[in-house]
Amino acid sequence: MTRYLLPLVVFLIMVGFLFAGLGLNPRQVPSPLIDKPAPVFQLQQLHDPEKVLSSEDNIGKVWLLNVWASWCVACRDEHPLLVQLANAGIVPVYGLNYKDERSTALQWLKQFGDPYTVSIVDPEGRVGIDYGVYGVPETYIIDKQGIIRHKQIGPVTVKSMEETILPLVKELQSQS
Amino acid sequence: MNRLKIYYLISIKWAMLLLLVIFLLPSYGWAQEARPVAEDPEAERRLIALTEDLRCLVCQNETIAESRADFSNDMRREIREQIHANKTDAEIIEFLVERYGDFVLYDPPFKPTTFLLWFGPLILFLLGLSTLIVYLRQRRTLVENEKPLTEAERKQAEAILNENKGNDA
Repeated sequence: MTRYLLPLVVFLIMVGFLFAGLGLNPRQVPSPLIDKPAPVFQLQQLHDPEKVLSSEDNIGKVWLLNVWASWCVACRDEHPLLVQLANAGIVPVYGLNYKDERSTALQWLKQFGDPYTVSIVDPEGRVGIDYGVYGVPETYIIDKQGIIRHKQIGPVTVKSMEETILPLVKELQSQS
Repeated sequence: MNRLKIYYLISIKWAMLLLLVIFLLPSYGWAQEARPVAEDPEAERRLIALTEDLRCLVCQNETIAESRADFSNDMRREIREQIHANKTDAEIIEFLVERYGDFVLYDPPFKPTTFLLWFGPLILFLLGLSTLIVYLRQRRTLVENEKPLTEAERKQAEAILNENKGNDA
């Protein structure tokens, strides 16, 4: 009996592994920056190039950093959710305008709405490299100490907003 | 007559000169030393050697060296700059791993999370080998323990075989 059972068991174990593998998304590469200090930046603001925003200005509050661009199609999918989030005033969203043209970026915000407390510009994608950006849009949750707590690769969805982002933001905000 | 001939010769001379100028002009105007592929071939060689072992995260089955994705262009620019800043290969790789994780490396590092990756094939091989050895041993004992049929058993078997033959017909 074991003679026939053993191959069957081995086969079922393999099926289990392969089935689990089907559910994995190879595009979701875990970021090594989770639980590490957010890379420091000092960048021009999109609306006012005279002004500079530094990552250290945000120490003491929980904030989201959303990497976006006017050429990024998937950004349009998540944009209404970000506008909603900003309107609800739950957490400030900062935009990192990644490898974009200032004029088209401003036009894009006019068209789709501007959820960002401040948008900063990274025309050559250098700060993007520091943050390990490889697929726009990406969204980082950064805590009061300036530590990256979560990275969402690809567009924010209702599901990821309700199941991950909002609970984590609430939890981080309740910490001192 | 003589005068005409002279004019003719002079005009031929000028025509030849003009032709010569026409043929030579392009070579003077546009010929240059063959340009090197990059300004610094040595740095470029290092860049290629490094990026051949790095994964493009956008097109995951391509190396940064061969990919034309925007991401790879940025990576090459970054690595080129770091080479010019006299960073060592190890420093550059560390820079990338800090930002993108071990996944950028085509040659995975040897550490507890990758032990299964490194030893997995060896473990599977040893499992297969031990199964084979056990199987072969069992088969040998079976063959060794086999006894020839006794006369009575042989007759019995023959009877059964004959009986079946009769049924078939």
